[in-house]
Amino acid sequence: MSDISRRKLITTGLAAAASVTGLGAAARIAQKCGLVPPDHGGLFGLGETLTYASHRLLTKHSLAREFSRSQISKPPFPNEIPPLNDEFKRLQAGGFADWRLTIDGMVARPASFSLDQLKSYPSQSQITMLQCEEGWSYVAEWIGVPLSHVLDVVGVLPQARYVVYFSIDPEWWESIDMADASHPQTFLAYGMNGDVLPVGNGGPLRIRLPRQLGYKSVKFITRLTVTDSLKGLGKGLGSANADAGYAWYAGI
Amino acid sequence: MGFRVPLHKFPRSTSAFAILAPRDTIPGVSESACAPSSVSAVPAMTVTSRHSALVRVTHWITTLCFLALLVSGVEILISHPRFYWGETGNVLTPPLFKLPIPSSRALVPTGYGYVLPDQNGWSRYLHFQAAWVVVLTGLLYIISSFFTGHLRRNLLPGKGDLSWRAFSNSMVSHLRLQRPSAAEAWSYNLLQRLSYLFVIFVLFPLVIWTGLAMSLAFVSAFPATVTLLGGQQSARTIHFFVSLALVIFLLVHVVMVSLAGFRSRMRAMITGRAGKD
Repeated sequence: MSDISRRKLITTGLAAAASVTGLGAAARIAQKCGLVPPDHGGLFGLGETLTYASHRLLTKHSLAREFSRSQISKPPFPNEIPPLNDEFKRLQAGGFADWRLTIDGMVARPASFSLDQLKSYPSQSQITMLQCEEGWSYVAEWIGVPLSHVLDVVGVLPQARYVVYFSIDPEWWESIDMADASHPQTFLAYGMNGDVLPVGNGGPLRIRLPRQLGYKSVKFITRLTVTDSLKGLGKGLGSANADAGYAWYAGI
Repeated sequence: MGFRVPLHKFPRSTSAFAILAPRDTIPGVSESACAPSSVSAVPAMTVTSRHSALVRVTHWITTLCFLALLVSGVEILISHPRFYWGETGNVLTPPLFKLPIPSSRALVPTGYGYVLPDQNGWSRYLHFQAAWVVVLTGLLYIISSFFTGHLRRNLLPGKGDLSWRAFSNSMVSHLRLQRPSAAEAWSYNLLQRLSYLFVIFVLFPLVIWTGLAMSLAFVSAFPATVTLLGGQQSARTIHFFVSLALVIFLLVHVVMVSLAGFRSRMRAMITGRAGKD
């Protein structure tokens, strides 16, 4: 072995070792800074992590575009909804007077709210776009209470990392990180275009995240869980959609 | 262009990345005869390589990513094969146009009596992963092209070549489907240069821009990227047409390669060696 090739071998070896160590360190730092999505494993984990990490760095505090009242789509498109179960029909028959939103997990004061209680909090509205991963979209005025307001009422513990939310259909659940949970445009929406939120659009209560695709804005919300880990929920990928093969982060 | 550097001036250490044969290298001269005797220990083929290793590697990564983007893009498209102009659009609003194909969603009125299986989960994952890889690869290619002279030497047309006469000559020989001259085995012709520049500096940036402009989170931070295009649905429609233009480029590219000699051109892009079959 000549000197040159030995030197080359040593430098290449050192460079490779340094890269592996560097990547390992970068992965640990990224994990610590909340830049790694729960579906980071597998074949598409690299792309998903790059997307989520870059969006967290670039868009942590940015506000979704708001539109003028004249840009509201008429009529707002109600997408297909899963078959409503008996529990939903019973609550619907009672005018949703008994609809409850329970909040548990890593909170100081677990609680259960009626729709009237939620409506007693300062109401806000946003005229934002709902965009489906399929390609269609519409603009509507969404009326509700910011999720952060309700989370403040129950007192989120400092170790919390995710808010998991469940539809009345137990098969339908999603989760978001604390950056999205505390974002000012993340709403618990109960109204649309100056009226109550129609059942077809997720009434009586829908979570609304205008910076992510429609499938994150789960309809018929009945429960929130604040947690520091998504392991143990389904396949541990963070949502029913992720378990079904869709990206957990849906900002694109 | 007047560019001519004696081959032995290229430092050995950069040969893999930086060296492309000067476009006026005399074809037909055997490779070993070109190699100066002082560096005869170096395999001659790397010295007279038709395409540098960087060009070859980025070319094939881009090819793989483009095919992945195409397949996944088609899968995503068939979940809503309708196009709109402006900010919003759905099945309740009149489309700009719709594709006469079945859909993977029951709610889209297509005229077909059946619904295709939903493939959007993996398609969206694959689309964005391939997009990341191709954008990073493209950046590496463009930045290194500036520094190695690949851009100036091999892509920008020479001063004397940029005339209507040269352009029409090149156009006529392409339209007649003439086999390129032997000299063209060593350099890109004018029309080829202009097409590559158009793809690299117009179509690719446009397809990336319109792709990003469809992202709700991205436009929340950079709203001008979507308003300049006329809205989110406009961005989607432009994304479709630019992708179509890229597919047409791919088809013409493959036809031209076949016409020039598929085996030799493929060998040049895989191993770097040029010459006859």
